[in-house]
Amino acid sequence: MIQVEGVSKRYGPHQAVRNISFEVERGEIVGFLGPNGAGKTTTMRILTGFLPPTEGRAVVAGFDVMEQPIEVKKRTGYLPENPPVYPEMVVDEYLDFVARIKGIRGPEVAQRVDAALERTSIGHVRSKVIAKLSKGYRQRVGLAQALIHSPDVLILDEPTVGLDPKQIIEIRELIRSLSGEHTIMLSTHILSEVASTCHRIIILNQGQIEASDTPANLIARLQGGESVQLEVDGPAAEVAAKLQSVAGVDRVTRGSDVAGRPTFTVDSQRTADIRAELARAVVESGWGLYGVKATGMSLEDVFLKLTTTDPVAEGSEGEAEAAVAAEEN
Amino acid sequence: MSNVWTIARRELNVYFSSPIAYIVLAMFSLIFGYFFASGVAFFQSISAQAAMNPGMAPPMNVNQFVIQPTLGNFTIILLFLMPMVTMRLFAEEQRQGTIELLLTSPVTDYEIILGKWLGAVLLYGCMLGLSLISMAVLFLYTRPDWKALLAGYLGMLLIGSSLLAIGAFLSTLTKNQIVAGALTFGLFLLLWVLDWVSQYSTSMVGKVCSYLAMPPHFEQFTKGVIELKDVVYYLSAIFLGLFLSKRSIESMRWKA
Repeated sequence: MIQVEGVSKRYGPHQAVRNISFEVERGEIVGFLGPNGAGKTTTMRILTGFLPPTEGRAVVAGFDVMEQPIEVKKRTGYLPENPPVYPEMVVDEYLDFVARIKGIRGPEVAQRVDAALERTSIGHVRSKVIAKLSKGYRQRVGLAQALIHSPDVLILDEPTVGLDPKQIIEIRELIRSLSGEHTIMLSTHILSEVASTCHRIIILNQGQIEASDTPANLIARLQGGESVQLEVDGPAAEVAAKLQSVAGVDRVTRGSDVAGRPTFTVDSQRTADIRAELARAVVESGWGLYGVKATGMSLEDVFLKLTTTDPVAEGSEGEAEAAVAAEEN
Repeated sequence: MSNVWTIARRELNVYFSSPIAYIVLAMFSLIFGYFFASGVAFFQSISAQAAMNPGMAPPMNVNQFVIQPTLGNFTIILLFLMPMVTMRLFAEEQRQGTIELLLTSPVTDYEIILGKWLGAVLLYGCMLGLSLISMAVLFLYTRPDWKALLAGYLGMLLIGSSLLAIGAFLSTLTKNQIVAGALTFGLFLLLWVLDWVSQYSTSMVGKVCSYLAMPPHFEQFTKGVIELKDVVYYLSAIFLGLFLSKRSIESMRWKA
């Protein structure tokens, strides 16, 4: 549904997007993840035909965004970061206007307006002036605007930003319910958002794609094994040495003390569970074992690992992992 | 074409759902009414004089004594009111971010620009409509030459539409309505006084300046004369304003 080949975008000397390529299949929900200024909005604007790319080619719904922008625009719905609503207009009036400029004519306009209102459950505010609506409702009006012409592709730039937790959940559910009939690209810098709504994540950093995979695969790939946290009552150095000697243990990192007892993070290369072996080693040495917990690497860690640019992360891979491990504690 | 109409209709809606249209129309009616009333009062006083010494009386007609000066003064109102009509056209869209909606919809840049300009022209049409009330009064009591008046109204439509096109362009340049308004008013004022140059200079520059000035091209229309060169002047101004708007919106895409 979306093909991006070698797209770059420069603003004067500033390179916002560098040579990115990716594809999105019909019905997929793909999340763009990245820190602020990573090029998410720029990429999305290129896909909507709002911005021309400096280099490369983007094809949306079978049409080149540069050569046939009108055809692309007929088939895409776009919700910018700030919903593009006219505050002085009434919701109904606004959606009627949007439907018409999206190319809908005649009695179909009213049908589409009703359908969009129902879809985003804002029927009860249809005769209110947009300026009087809360941020959450305005966001829904923005969403209604994006899907009024039932586009093949929906592009949503940070659809949940500025909403309260309840509204966030509602919007996410709405987005999930839209998949299948629409292909959706959404951007966010909130990790739980992509994990809960997207089939696939594209991590952007400094205008480049750092990774592109399913949330589960991304975690598995970067994690490369299990990580176990232990809390032990015993001499720290000896405990560490003992843990290190357990078969399959890759690395032992000392964490901060809890109530005077040292804690350790044990990384293993094996996918097999080594918690039992670790516990046995501790108990057999006569130390008190206060806790054993398997901790998978969270999406937050993956994200940090991929996008952090501080010197620690840019050094050896081991150091980067140590930094991540330290953050966990 | 229906896209143009959709956009124009929304513009007109904005004007009329906010105080803008009412204030502009009210101020226009007030000032136009004052100009008209003064014209009529002057005409009355010289008519009274002419009645006393019929021999000395100059040939009198309403077109020359009422309509022509009223329309001549009328352009002053445009100088002040037109910037208020056009300053929001694109500046507001840019500030609200709704320009993104327009530019990502399946409409061309020209459709957007024409629609917005047409919306403003329609509001201006309402102003002209209100001014017709005064003219109707004239027709009740006198017999003006309606063909000359029609030419005057064509001129009014042309001068107003060209100011609106130029104002629309200036509004694409900024997000700030006040900045757009100030730029527009400044440029209009310059277009008004540009022919002063012709009073002390007969050089090429002087000629160009006085040609560019806006009001002199309107003068013939007030007398009921439609000259091709004046029509061409206003049509070029409209075209230039709309064309520059198009270029400005294109550059918005590259910069955004």
